[in-house]
Amino acid sequence: MKELQFDSAVIGGGAAGMAAALELSARGLSCAVIEREDELGGILMQCIHNGFGLIEFNEELSGPEFAQRLEEKVRSAAITPFCGATVIEVEDNGEHKVISCVSGAWGVIRIKARAVVLAMGCRERNRGNIRIPGSRPAGVFTAGLAQRLVNIEGYIPGKDVVIIGSGDIGLIMARRMSWIGCKVHAVVEILPYPSGLTRNIVQCLKDFGIPLYLSHLTTNIYGQDRVEGVEVTPIENGALMFDRSFRIPCDTVLLSVGLVPENELSRSLGIDLSPMTNGPWVDSTLMTSVPGVFACGNVLHVHDLVDFVVEEARRAGSFAADWLAGRRKDKELRVKAGSNVRYVTPGRLDPARDNKLYLRTLIVKNDAVLEVRLNNKTVRSQKKSHVQPSEMISFNLGPSELAAARESPDSVLEVSIL
Amino acid sequence: MRQELICITCPIGCHLWVEGLAGGEIQVSGNKCPRGAVYAREETVAPKRVVTATCRAGGYRDPHGPRPSLAAPRRVPIRTTGAIPREGIAGLLESLYALELSLPVRKGDVVMRDVLGTGIDVVVTRSIG
Repeated sequence: MKELQFDSAVIGGGAAGMAAALELSARGLSCAVIEREDELGGILMQCIHNGFGLIEFNEELSGPEFAQRLEEKVRSAAITPFCGATVIEVEDNGEHKVISCVSGAWGVIRIKARAVVLAMGCRERNRGNIRIPGSRPAGVFTAGLAQRLVNIEGYIPGKDVVIIGSGDIGLIMARRMSWIGCKVHAVVEILPYPSGLTRNIVQCLKDFGIPLYLSHLTTNIYGQDRVEGVEVTPIENGALMFDRSFRIPCDTVLLSVGLVPENELSRSLGIDLSPMTNGPWVDSTLMTSVPGVFACGNVLHVHDLVDFVVEEARRAGSFAADWLAGRRKDKELRVKAGSNVRYVTPGRLDPARDNKLYLRTLIVKNDAVLEVRLNNKTVRSQKKSHVQPSEMISFNLGPSELAAARESPDSVLEVSIL
Repeated sequence: MRQELICITCPIGCHLWVEGLAGGEIQVSGNKCPRGAVYAREETVAPKRVVTATCRAGGYRDPHGPRPSLAAPRRVPIRTTGAIPREGIAGLLESLYALELSLPVRKGDVVMRDVLGTGIDVVVTRSIG
């Protein structure tokens, strides 16, 4: 068995993992990146559409182009990538974290590192998660799997498609399936508003005349060997209107019904998870409840732009480097989700420096206000021209706004959207 | 006539208001950057889109061979270097799907030049092989 030692190790070689590793390496630390696929890049590699990099590179790139820019930097830095290696366990033995991986090329490898950054990304929710009744025919795919089949492996999953859920991957796949010659008959969304970015509704559905059924639930999937159709039922005031159910014939169902951070390794390490983000709970330095283990990207919370993922990952790498240099956190204040806020992360802030916060709202509203209250006193009231759950909101809080927290011992910051 | 549009130039998705003035002029408001105004004008007169697609990767013959992977994909991702008129997309895709690109390819390799006389090229978006 091969045993190796590094200052730091990053689990996951997607956008978050590469950005975190670049930061660690820039700080003069040796770094291993462990990636399950046979190349770096992660999910960006199958996202061949454009719209990436506007913030990070100031131009509009496709997923593979964005990934390749990061990868080129990784290859020229002192970073050791292990591709085709799956991490099966992470243990904390006090001074070191020990990462056990299996790989076709090297067999079992053990990587010891003093700090670990988790960047495993997320997983798609599937049919079992949303419990659609009906038979179990072939032809039901998660949208991301279909995306990989079409864009990398060169398979067409089916000809007549219904997409359940209006998440971004589903919308992007509606356009992709149309462009490869399939017919997308409908997108069915349980909520009264779309879950994806507005621009994707325009360019992926409206351009192709694909109907979007809001406040509709898929109540049955028909077919024996292969999908033959779905039953769709309108929802009114929370009740299913079965008298108005209708059937859409199709041979393929794509599910775009949300993502869940991949938590298996975090759980095996005994990391506390946040019930709001479904990812690890982190402090003001993006460190999890296990000292020396940091988290960033979609494993921490599901982002809608890769540019934000990279920004967050860079900070995680930098905080990990600080931690390795012996810097320990000072006093922190607690962060709480207030009115109309589904979650806000991180869960702790450092009142002595600039903090970046990300939040997701629960409501759709024009002319909203982002209100930040520290110990029940408003420290920020910021106008937001338009808020919606699918568009993440980010903002900074600095030492001047958090000054009061340095005096009182148990400060609470509450973030609301009004 | 006042028309609401949502800008698709970038993921911010500004809500734009387009107003037709006398003499065929168009006035745009609600845009956070100049690209929004350009988009709104084009969208009302002649809509354009960036096209992303894939071409067949050459050399892949055995359907029973190993499953394609990131390092050995069966498709090569490509895109147009700018937005092209929407009505030209179907024809462009048809000719792109007929192509087979022999590996290795480099990011930025030109697959097709000057699509529909727009001056826009189709380029490979990922180095493979």
